[in-house]
Amino acid sequence: MESTIIKSRDFNASFGSNHVVKNVNIDIPRNHVIAVMGPSGCGKTTYLRCINRMHELIPGATSSGEMKINDENIYDMHPIFVRLKIGMVFQRPNPFPNLSIYDNVIAGYKLNGIKLAKADRDRIVEHSLTRVALWKEVKDSLTKKGSFLSGGQQQRLCIARAVAMEPEVLLFDEPTSALDPISTSTVEELFHELKTNYTLIIVTHNMQQAARVSDKTAFFYMGELVEYDETKTMFTNPKDNRTQNYITGRFS
Amino acid sequence: MNIGSVKYRIGKSSGFQILTMVLAFACVVPLLFILFFIIQAGITKINWHFLVNIPKPVGETGGGIANALVGSIIIIVVASVIAVPIGILAGVYLAENRKSRLAYWCRLSVDILQGVPSIVIGIVAYFWLVKPLGGFSALSGSVALAIMMLPIIVRSTEETLKLLPDSLKEAAYALGMPFHRVIFKVIVPVGVSGILSGVMLSIARITGETAPLLFTAFGNPYLSTNVTKPMQSLPLLIFNYATSPYNDWHDLAWGASLILLFWVLFLNIFTKLITRKWKVQL
Amino acid sequence: MDTSVDNGSITRSDTPLRVINSKTPEAIVKTTQRIRRSFRQIRTENVFKRTLVIMGIIMVLLVLGILLTLIVQSLPSIKALGPKYLWGRVWDPVQDIYGAWPFLLGTLLSSFLALLISIPFSIAVAIFLGEYYPKGWLPDLLKNTVELIAAVPSVIYGFWGLAVLVPIVRNMESHIGVEPIGVGIFSSSLILAIMIIPYAASLGRSMIQMVPSPLKEGAYALGATRWEVIRSVILPYTKSGLFAGILLSLGRALGETMAVTMVIGNTSIIPKSIFAPGNTMASVIANEFTEADKSVYLSALIELGLVLFLVTVVINMIGKKIIDRFTNE
Repeated sequence: MESTIIKSRDFNASFGSNHVVKNVNIDIPRNHVIAVMGPSGCGKTTYLRCINRMHELIPGATSSGEMKINDENIYDMHPIFVRLKIGMVFQRPNPFPNLSIYDNVIAGYKLNGIKLAKADRDRIVEHSLTRVALWKEVKDSLTKKGSFLSGGQQQRLCIARAVAMEPEVLLFDEPTSALDPISTSTVEELFHELKTNYTLIIVTHNMQQAARVSDKTAFFYMGELVEYDETKTMFTNPKDNRTQNYITGRFS
Repeated sequence: MNIGSVKYRIGKSSGFQILTMVLAFACVVPLLFILFFIIQAGITKINWHFLVNIPKPVGETGGGIANALVGSIIIIVVASVIAVPIGILAGVYLAENRKSRLAYWCRLSVDILQGVPSIVIGIVAYFWLVKPLGGFSALSGSVALAIMMLPIIVRSTEETLKLLPDSLKEAAYALGMPFHRVIFKVIVPVGVSGILSGVMLSIARITGETAPLLFTAFGNPYLSTNVTKPMQSLPLLIFNYATSPYNDWHDLAWGASLILLFWVLFLNIFTKLITRKWKVQL
Repeated sequence: MDTSVDNGSITRSDTPLRVINSKTPEAIVKTTQRIRRSFRQIRTENVFKRTLVIMGIIMVLLVLGILLTLIVQSLPSIKALGPKYLWGRVWDPVQDIYGAWPFLLGTLLSSFLALLISIPFSIAVAIFLGEYYPKGWLPDLLKNTVELIAAVPSVIYGFWGLAVLVPIVRNMESHIGVEPIGVGIFSSSLILAIMIIPYAASLGRSMIQMVPSPLKEGAYALGATRWEVIRSVILPYTKSGLFAGILLSLGRALGETMAVTMVIGNTSIIPKSIFAPGNTMASVIANEFTEADKSVYLSALIELGLVLFLVTVVINMIGKKIIDRFTNE
């Protein structure tokens, strides 16, 4: 039996008077890969950023409704705890330019002032980098700045940085849209690996990617959650007309 | 079209180009002139004796500017201790709160502060510190100079931090970092070159400031390290001795001018170089 | 960096990371530590946010405090002398007669004369760096050198002016048949002119560089020469920006104290010509503030400071507004 990790009920989000996420109800099962797709401006990224409360960092942003992790309301918790439980990877790779690769991986500890023994640090760095298949490539240049890596490597470094914090959920905001095809496929392979330990929520505007990597897919359109189902069902037998239109390329 | 008139127009254009060049480079002449003159007049005065002795009374030759050097250093250090933290934090505030009403008034205040004539700052420091404390003091001079440093530090901090991409901050927030750590561990270290250059430029600016010290630090012919008492500083010494009728004192002032000028130019040039070198690649 | 790890305690690269994710007692202790730590962080975060707001308030209070101090301290003079103080033609503290007109006139004369002298040079620098040679080592050198002009302390300008410029001016005055004093409004204008060049020049340069190239290309395509493009496209387009730069220069000149004090001659008589000695608002404050023994005397000086403050603030604000509007367009 699969347990639900993230649950939202009647969730709304807006920028000022611009209502971008409307009454979203969704149950996200643990240790699955969930793809969130939809045309640009459909509210999918905003919804994602509401899950770890990044949305509220933008001036004028508001949200309402219920968003729970493990039956605990995210909006009753302090954002710091939320973000320690729910990691995030962004559209463009954003390693800290002033830190080495090593320090970038443990940035969540180092910059949060959490003291770790050297052995623990080394272990976390090696593990996290191994998880994202980057260890072999960078183990000899751990002291170099993260910004020397290629785009795909930087993005995997950012995933390692999130993984190092042992979150329960990992959010990906169009993680491959700034990458070349080869880097993209490396990152996509990771998703399958990572779901044994984490729940992955991936926002993508790329339908093929959603179909390739996800167990379940949510389709957003004009701020509404139109359809949410097993990925296979969704792509072979969509229930809603709008989903049908989207996956057959009638609008984008 | 008449070829002659085209030729005339081209000639006129080149003429103006040459005129512009001549005028533009003419601006450099006074600076070179000043540099040359001050080096010529000051270089022979500077030696070890000059640096470690205090001025001799009128009529005796020799003497040095040790009291002014020590005084300048103390006054500047105290001013920096006051202005740097406040300036950086206010700059952070402005960069983080771009649209709030307080930020609007704060920004306006910083703009105003930047244009306030230094003599006015001197008057105000006199009433805020000298009068309540019952006498001229180095501390009141430091406060006056700190007020002059603030707008430079605030502005450079704000401008530097504004240019950093949001993705940097988001990365830090997403790792569960609290706001103060995002600022001090990520944002400020990445923007350190810009902030530092603001601090150094502000120090360069106040090192040469005389007017705010006239009614605050006041000057002192003897060596003093007590910040609650009057203290000498390089620019004050130059002003007092340069306007005196004694040649020995003029000599001291020339030596002091050379040291002051080179220190200020060094700070300015060094800041430029360091900003270029330390710039973090984003 | 030493990255060797204890191989016994970690999993292989091809197996999932169980060590970190499985909740061993050790890991649970660590998590609690982390959470306790986070609570402390949250408290610090709130304190920090409040501190930032306080810093913002300090800036506002500082300016209000300056204004208020000046007003309060000028009150005795405002009460005793009234508005006619501003156009009173005689300043004689010994007789208790206070009129600010000599200083207002001295300030206006020296500043505008300085502006007049400096404008051709600063505009030339702006055009040269903004249009003719925006890149290269020579323009870079010129740009940095012009910026250094602003860095030289004013007391050094004053000293140099006193020692070098004043004798030259005196010599010139004796040739053109004016009383050869040397110190005076003309000398201080010359010094000020040098000092304020960088302000208008650097602002003008960045304004000229912002002229959209299609505009210039349009004119070139019609067969305009370089000068014609500058005169009929660049200068009209940037005129408000150049004007703002000149305003900022003026603001500098009005408030400049030390260099002027050292070469203007310090007489409180209305200057008869631009070669006569005089006093500016700033220089009379610098000279007489510590000597002012009577409360109205001191207060009259502070009122000058208040006028100076208000005038420079207004000029700077107008300049900034123009720049903002220009850069936002």
